[in-house]
Amino acid sequence: MSPNSTPKGAAEVRAHDVPPPPERPKGAKALGGALAGWVDDRTGTAKPATHMLKKVFPDHWSFMLGEIAMFSLVIVLVTGTFLTFWFVPSAGQVIYNGSYVPLKGIAMSEAFKSTVDISFDVRGGLIIRQIHHWAALLFTASISVHMFRVFFTGAFRKPREINWVIGTTLSLLAITEGFTGYSLPDDLLSGTGLRAAEGFIQSVPIIGSYLAFFVFGGAFPGEAIIPRLFTGHVLLLPALIVGLFTAHIVLVIVQKHTQYPGPGKTNDNVVGYPLMPVYMAKSGGFFFIVFGVTALIAALVTINPIWMYGPYEPNAGTNDSQPDWYMGFADGALRLFPGFAELHLFGFTLSLNVFIPSLILMPLMYTIAGVYPFVESWVTGDKREHHLLDRPRNAPTRTGLGVMALSFYLILFIAAGDDVIALELDLSINQVLRTLQVMLIAVPLLSFWVTKRVCLSLQRRDRGLVLHGHESGRLVRTAEGSFFEVHDPLPERERWPLVQYETFKPLEQSSRVDAKGVARKSTRRERLRAKVSSFYFADTVDSVTPAELAAAAHDGIEPGPDSGAEVWVGQLHGGADERPKTDAYAPNAQAAEPPESSTR
Amino acid sequence: MSEGGDESAGGQMDKPGAPGRGVARGAPGRGVERHPDRRLDDASDDGSGRTPVPFTNPGLAPHVPRLADLDKTAARRAERQVSTLFGVSMVATVVFLVAYFAIDPKRYTFIPGIGQASLYNVVLGTALGVSLLCLGLGAVHWAKTLMPDNEVTEDRHLQRSSDKARREAVETLVSGSSASQLGRRRLMRYTLGGALALFSLPLMVQLAGSLGPLPRGDLSKTFWRKGMRLVRDPDMTPIRASDVTFGSLYHVLPEGIDKSEHVLEAKAKAAVVLISLPPGVIKVAKEQDWSVNGIVAYSKICTHVGCPVGLYEHQTHHLLCPCHQSTFDVAHDCEVIFGPANRPLPQLKITVDTDGYLIAAAPFLQPVGPSFWERG
Repeated sequence: MSPNSTPKGAAEVRAHDVPPPPERPKGAKALGGALAGWVDDRTGTAKPATHMLKKVFPDHWSFMLGEIAMFSLVIVLVTGTFLTFWFVPSAGQVIYNGSYVPLKGIAMSEAFKSTVDISFDVRGGLIIRQIHHWAALLFTASISVHMFRVFFTGAFRKPREINWVIGTTLSLLAITEGFTGYSLPDDLLSGTGLRAAEGFIQSVPIIGSYLAFFVFGGAFPGEAIIPRLFTGHVLLLPALIVGLFTAHIVLVIVQKHTQYPGPGKTNDNVVGYPLMPVYMAKSGGFFFIVFGVTALIAALVTINPIWMYGPYEPNAGTNDSQPDWYMGFADGALRLFPGFAELHLFGFTLSLNVFIPSLILMPLMYTIAGVYPFVESWVTGDKREHHLLDRPRNAPTRTGLGVMALSFYLILFIAAGDDVIALELDLSINQVLRTLQVMLIAVPLLSFWVTKRVCLSLQRRDRGLVLHGHESGRLVRTAEGSFFEVHDPLPERERWPLVQYETFKPLEQSSRVDAKGVARKSTRRERLRAKVSSFYFADTVDSVTPAELAAAAHDGIEPGPDSGAEVWVGQLHGGADERPKTDAYAPNAQAAEPPESSTR
Repeated sequence: MSEGGDESAGGQMDKPGAPGRGVARGAPGRGVERHPDRRLDDASDDGSGRTPVPFTNPGLAPHVPRLADLDKTAARRAERQVSTLFGVSMVATVVFLVAYFAIDPKRYTFIPGIGQASLYNVVLGTALGVSLLCLGLGAVHWAKTLMPDNEVTEDRHLQRSSDKARREAVETLVSGSSASQLGRRRLMRYTLGGALALFSLPLMVQLAGSLGPLPRGDLSKTFWRKGMRLVRDPDMTPIRASDVTFGSLYHVLPEGIDKSEHVLEAKAKAAVVLISLPPGVIKVAKEQDWSVNGIVAYSKICTHVGCPVGLYEHQTHHLLCPCHQSTFDVAHDCEVIFGPANRPLPQLKITVDTDGYLIAAAPFLQPVGPSFWERG
């Protein structure tokens, strides 16, 4: 401004003043706000962060299973990092001279010695080791249960197929991670497990012995396997697991969580509670609950007391040699697979009795699980997005197949303890094994059939409940002398979950003539698809429609006698004339037709 | 159902002749009379051929306030409960810290329900567990009693991008790749493909080539040589044939194996069980020939997956593998009579040296342990 400009009034002078800043919050709030502002100035995350904080998650106990897996992963990562500070991943032989007296003077690997040291000489080392092992068992277990929840509710359907595949991969990686982990201490039990693993690798056709030498860095046991397992266990597999887990969670957030059907819940909304503050507290709190429970178990229940097994020696064996639970099914398969499957052909040995159960079965089972969503969507032809879960009974064939797979898995799992069963129950090991072999074939088929029938029955029960309502316990006698029980109709919101599902009908084979009337061959694919579709949906039970409900209320929801003194609320059921004509207790057709007015 | 059934039209559903999802659920309109013969659980057809009118979603149930929402006393009680849990958590943390320094880690105590246990581990773990658990329970209880429990509804949107966005993505890709001239310049394309296909080979060759030596028949050889003494495992003392009583069993290693360069690797193949069978038990001529007065030596490494076969039943002369229960009949040259193994345990031919000690008359004549392709 030039000095000789015209003088201005006070108001004019102040016109360009910056208005005083609004009152700022003080203390922690101010600091938090300033920090958030500082971050947002540089990243612009205010909007996505708000979106995230307001995000709605539906509430159901079964959604907690995946959370247990997530939190136990965090626990194993934390405790595992602790353990690396003291564990020595080396097969180098040393003489033990620590504080555990029974092992003094015994030759053992540094891996075993350092594990014993962690258990006895590192303050609080044992509790960390036990939390690590228990959390690992919990991790694999919760993944499995979470997986079954997702399967039985159909949560793998479009758009979540990718996440299903990621999840199955995570499950496979988790048990591999578990195996590499419990093999590290180089104790007698885990060493025997590695010995068996070497046998598995040898059984690979043609290149087996080369593979085994590459993996073990030479002859078994060698000194390479412990450090190699260690790298796999603390670097390679955790990196894969954490990476895939992150993708898993990001997809859950992007696609929004599924929800169970219920009043107000549709395929186009999510009903639940916001992340801030409800799930911050609930989920955050749940992390501490999982951690706390794991710590309590680790405090009170010994796991993997390797000092009692002793160091690994290839010439020593141990009874009751069972792997950790998640490897049980593979071990069981190995026990059940008959020995005659080893073939000796043209001077070569094809050891299918080992190769199939040990190296083929697990990838095969996981592949079948991984492709299932695509198979089902091919069978149904359903390309819509599904965000509402199925009640398992409303997908009887899928539920049956799931239980079939589960029972197959369980029989294999039980077979891993066949020696313990024989010993504890005083049975012959031979009979136990033979029985399990038969059960492995029979039980899954039977479970499929039973489960499907149970599902269909439950669906019919739902129908019955919707159509007939609740029994009220009130009996009514009509003028003709028939007795009826008054049924109360279901309240609308109680009825909705029972009637909201849709059913598929089997796909029809397309016509054998095309649009111009020329005969066309139906492809083999089409025929197969029609067949599978009919396997799935030939005997569906439809949900009740309002019209059916109206028709079922044949006795009407009507006022009582003309006097109006007594009002029947509900429907009348249970009378003999409700029975089909073929029923022995139906009113005799020869007798006079029941008067039209009987129940009116 | 709220999701529109009409959206189901996936690609192949439109193709003529493709199998379609035949929703032929005919349904009565409202107030249609019930057909007398129709079963109540069959909604598929009432003959009218019309699409059934489904129930409509009744919408969210009205919100029911909790006690703590209505009653200040209840809210204060909830606050006290939450604070108590947080307080217990703090106390447990202090207990952990004190116990960490105060308790002797070597101390073993009788603890009811557990037995003799490390007091240190039990106290540390319990304190840690209680501290974490109460913290978590407090937070959850807080969320369930005091935080708003009004259900919030958020809308979903189709996962797919808009057609426009998809078109743009494709166009960007197509125009970008044409701008790179990859399609036009064939030489460059092929060499790029070749280079990309090959670049990882050095890494893979380095890895595969250096992971381990080739087996070179190593799996078929053991430490046993002709004339080696059989020594007891683990005290490494030789065994006089005359000392072996009927029915006894020894775990045996070749003499000098503890001095070998790779002890564990050698033991993994050379371990042997020595069993003395009463006269008349051995049923196979070769087994008799390779034995000394009914004393037979067999590889201890299971032919299934290589566990040490350690369980011997004196009455039946069966050897049982503890891992997968393969059972070998020692009276019949250790052939498999049960379980997943396929081949008998290889026999070690033994004899007696001039001092009366048991020695190997020959090395193993076939590979021991689990099967592999080229073992024959």
